[in-house]
Amino acid sequence: MTADSLPQPTVPRARKPQSGMMRAFRNPSVVIGGIVVLLMIALGAAAPWLGTMSPTEINPSGRNKPPGTIVTRRDDDGNKVQVMHRLGTDLLGRDVYSRVLYGARISLFVGVTVAVFSIFGGLIIGLFSGYIRWLDPIVMRVMDGLMAIPAILLAISLVSLFRAGIGAVILAITIPEIPRVVRLVRSVVLSVREEPYVEAAITVGTPTLKILWRHIMPNTIAPMIVQGTFICASAILVEAILSFLGVGVPPDVPTWGNVMAAGRDVFYLFPHNIFYPGVMLAVTVLAVNMLGDGLRDTLDPKLAKRL
Amino acid sequence: MFAFILRRLLATIPVLITVALFAFLLLRLTPSDPAAIIAGDTATAEQVAGIRAKLGLDEPIYTQFFIWTGKLLHGDFGESFYFKKTVAELIADRVEPTLALALCTIVLAILVAVPLGVIAARLHGSWIDRLMMGFSVLGFSVPVFVIGYCLLYVFARELRWLPSNGYNRLADGFGPWAQHIILPTLTLSVVYIALIARMTRASMLEVLSEDYVRTARAKGQIERRVLFRHALRNAAVPIVTVIGLGIALLIGGVVVTESVYSIPGLGRLTVEAVLARDFPVIQAVILLFSVVYVMINLAVDVIYSVLDPRIRY
Amino acid sequence: MASPVLEIRDLTVAIADSGGDRTNAIEQVSLQVMPGEIVCVVGESGSGKSVTSQAVMALLPKGQLMIASGSIKLEGDELTTKSPSEMRAVRGKRVAMVFQEPMTALNPVERCGDQIAEVLEIHTDLDAKGRRARVLEVMRSVHLPDPEQMADAYPHQLSGGQRQRVMIAMALVLDPAVLIADEPTTALDVTTQAQILKLIREMQQRRNTGVLFITHDFGVVSEIADRVVVMQKGRIVEQGSKAAILSAPREAYTKMLIGAVPSLVPPVRTAITAPVTLETVALNKTYGKRGFLQPAARVVKAVTDVSFEIRRGETLGIVGESGSGKSTVARCIARLVDPTSGRIDIDGVDIARMSERSLRPYRRRVQIVFQDPYRSLNPRRTVGQSIIEGPVNFGLPHADAIARARDLMGLVGLSPDALDRFPHQFSGGQRQRIAIARALAMEPTLLIGDEPVSALDVSVQAQVLQLLDAVRKKFDLAVLFITHDLRVAAQICDRIAVMQRGVVVETGPTAAVFSQPQHEYTRALFSAAPGQGFGNRIGAGQVADALPVAAV
Repeated sequence: MTADSLPQPTVPRARKPQSGMMRAFRNPSVVIGGIVVLLMIALGAAAPWLGTMSPTEINPSGRNKPPGTIVTRRDDDGNKVQVMHRLGTDLLGRDVYSRVLYGARISLFVGVTVAVFSIFGGLIIGLFSGYIRWLDPIVMRVMDGLMAIPAILLAISLVSLFRAGIGAVILAITIPEIPRVVRLVRSVVLSVREEPYVEAAITVGTPTLKILWRHIMPNTIAPMIVQGTFICASAILVEAILSFLGVGVPPDVPTWGNVMAAGRDVFYLFPHNIFYPGVMLAVTVLAVNMLGDGLRDTLDPKLAKRL
Repeated sequence: MFAFILRRLLATIPVLITVALFAFLLLRLTPSDPAAIIAGDTATAEQVAGIRAKLGLDEPIYTQFFIWTGKLLHGDFGESFYFKKTVAELIADRVEPTLALALCTIVLAILVAVPLGVIAARLHGSWIDRLMMGFSVLGFSVPVFVIGYCLLYVFARELRWLPSNGYNRLADGFGPWAQHIILPTLTLSVVYIALIARMTRASMLEVLSEDYVRTARAKGQIERRVLFRHALRNAAVPIVTVIGLGIALLIGGVVVTESVYSIPGLGRLTVEAVLARDFPVIQAVILLFSVVYVMINLAVDVIYSVLDPRIRY
Repeated sequence: MASPVLEIRDLTVAIADSGGDRTNAIEQVSLQVMPGEIVCVVGESGSGKSVTSQAVMALLPKGQLMIASGSIKLEGDELTTKSPSEMRAVRGKRVAMVFQEPMTALNPVERCGDQIAEVLEIHTDLDAKGRRARVLEVMRSVHLPDPEQMADAYPHQLSGGQRQRVMIAMALVLDPAVLIADEPTTALDVTTQAQILKLIREMQQRRNTGVLFITHDFGVVSEIADRVVVMQKGRIVEQGSKAAILSAPREAYTKMLIGAVPSLVPPVRTAITAPVTLETVALNKTYGKRGFLQPAARVVKAVTDVSFEIRRGETLGIVGESGSGKSTVARCIARLVDPTSGRIDIDGVDIARMSERSLRPYRRRVQIVFQDPYRSLNPRRTVGQSIIEGPVNFGLPHADAIARARDLMGLVGLSPDALDRFPHQFSGGQRQRIAIARALAMEPTLLIGDEPVSALDVSVQAQVLQLLDAVRKKFDLAVLFITHDLRVAAQICDRIAVMQRGVVVETGPTAAVFSQPQHEYTRALFSAAPGQGFGNRIGAGQVADALPVAAV
């Protein structure tokens, strides 16, 4: 037994095979991306206390002002007050600074909701489709059909079906994402299904549902976290694009896309309408993508190799 | 080979049927009555009923689907609610700018992205690699229209080198055409370059750890030829795949880019149709883009067999 | 006396960021290869034998391993101080290499002939025509049939043996002074292995090449070596002539290694007459589908009319090469794949076409131990959770299941405390013990081993074989043992069935089949086993010997 003796009792008993999460928190991309995302969440949450005014209030006498302009408005009691528009006003005289800060709420909310819905939807469909052989071809044909329609086009046409609103936008962005999650989950299931430890579970009489839950599903968690982050980034982008094209949430709702849409026609004279929300949007999406890249490198090295 | 292409063509039928079904239901599921939209606000109930009968809207829904598909197969996409033209004419008018923009973008992106990816993989871990990866994440993250407006700001507003909007038909001269296409192409290609460069790098990295690369080094082969003769050709299949799948991203980008630069193409048409709830046009555009996308990916499948002798059909 | 073509002196290769217990991959390694001599470097995994060969080629993985000290001389020419471009001129010309896995070592998208010609492109001024002539000549010399056609073929169109011949042709086309062969036959079937060994011997004698031959297999060593170098944990344990090392090893480690190699001569066994546990009748399994517009209806008959029986307390071995269908038989019996036709009687009940629900009570009677110890335990679950999963499925209370698991851990020679640990904390051999404990927890009547020791080092292999034999005796189990290794089969099986292309060509008591093989294929298979004479006199590795397994 010399060559094959037991590890000494001094070996610490790890609770988990690899503490991927701990490694993730030491990854610079995760740290930087995570901090920026938290900052954006904080900005959105604390918007009312950061010197903002109502993001929807229009002011016909203070339209299209460049950043730093001081404008006279009437407050709720009808008194005239001087307010400074740090980032200027848009073509209806709304305060861009306030709209951009409040916009963080909608953007992040849409991003996170779409990620959660598409991951759960895709996970459930993918698990069953990957493990139950007769179901697989049917599900995959439908998914292929959905994937054949370019995502933004599908989202735009779905939005046209419903009355404009956040719910419709979330649904319209979620549906095109689901087939991609299904494919990923299914590919994990198909490869894990052949693992000897799953076959061993079959031979010891473990029921199918339990095998899915106990032996197969845990393998999808890391790729799902990673994929969810990327979906979140893409959903924030798509929401902005829909709003920008004028087919997203109603134009008075403060979102980054709407601010930019309002600035389109006056871009040559007042680029700030597009510039500031554009920077916020790009920084947020960049941060979420960095978070995703870092998580992928640490949690799912196999996926990192694939892309 | 011919049998393979035929087989793959047939395999796209269920996909296309799903797409057609979706496009069809899009019109059916609308809360509003298409006949009422066509008839306009001042129409009487009889006029609406007449239009409904004419369009076959009083038939059962599956009959309508078959009639509609039958018409599609004859190239009849119906009539636009809003533009009061046949959809086919409308699309024919708008196809050139979109085609020009897409082709220029694909060519530019491949020419830039593949060498970038190869270099990044070769210099894996160096600052050049990191810089390129950083740019590619940035390319994914900055929305197409923000890139578009940045370019407009610099090249059209400040430097006044290039026109800010519109499109010139190629038939009216190459110079004006090129002037108008440069900025949109640059705008649209950023995300596509990011995508292809990333995949090229990942695929090359994977291939570079393969045994046959070691064999090539064991023969005494120089690094440049190891890279291009042995590695790139083996790495090609995922790269070509992502170029094909990226077309979906490109189509989405076309819609946005054409809006930024006011290019009268199919993307702009899509947005106009959605804003006007012009469902026959939406249906047609969805079908058209999806068929193109599916066919390009079919072509990609055929290219595989040229790139990799192991794939035989 | 001639001077050595390759002389390695005090070579130490350091591990760049050694988080592990070793700072050096190899330490103070000195060996030499004379012209026309084959030097075998033997060792178990982690012994540093491959690192040695990579160091000679200057192909150590960049940034991970580097030469710390020592010298490597090729025909008196120092290699360690050469620049990368000087090394490129040496590689492929004066020292060439043949790798383990010929499928992955050849570029899949380039024609074989072009890959051989590439060496000539790099190192000679020959024009295309001249290169083609040389390529065909060298392909002929490695006995590739129809070189013209083979040169234009892609690697995937060739058999494993042919691919390795292409690799050898590629290595020898410029007549290098030294050939390094890194486990060149490990990925090949035994009959192919015999041919490749013969070819290396022939080429090397004809050209007087010095060969550094890396292997883990003492059978191969006894077949091909002139001299032997034994390595362990990065150091040379012992070196000497083949006769000296194989028949009179001095060091304890060498003795242990050689002693662990199972003998090809089966021990005497008495026929078992207990009741039949498993009987298969005309078992068939076909794969493939007739696709729509498919070029041809491709149907693969993996298993054809296989019939055998196993009695209680008996071990039946199925031996065969890759693709013979032996694993498919095992998987059919465990109902991991559904047989196409035929009967599988477990204790007299046919389970071949039972639905999953009615099959359930029979699941526990058939248990299987898989080949790859690293994949047969769920890495996210503790050893204890894995072992009790089955009994709990069948209604055993949790506490009782744990108690049974503790007993079984002792039985397979592991500490019961280890139940709380995760699989990654165990070595390959220990994991195989755990897999055996998991199977035994179900109280099966039939235990299937699907190449259960093939992934293990020889010393560990012997222990796991002993354990399997011990539990068979203790629980009076019927055992179906799938293996490609004739030595293992000779030692552990009461009867063996030889399979070829899905068909059982011969069945009989192990001793009878080994001493008087009836079928032509069996004879070919047995005569191809490397090192026929080796290990038989010593009587080493006989599992029937004393069984020092804990608590049996």
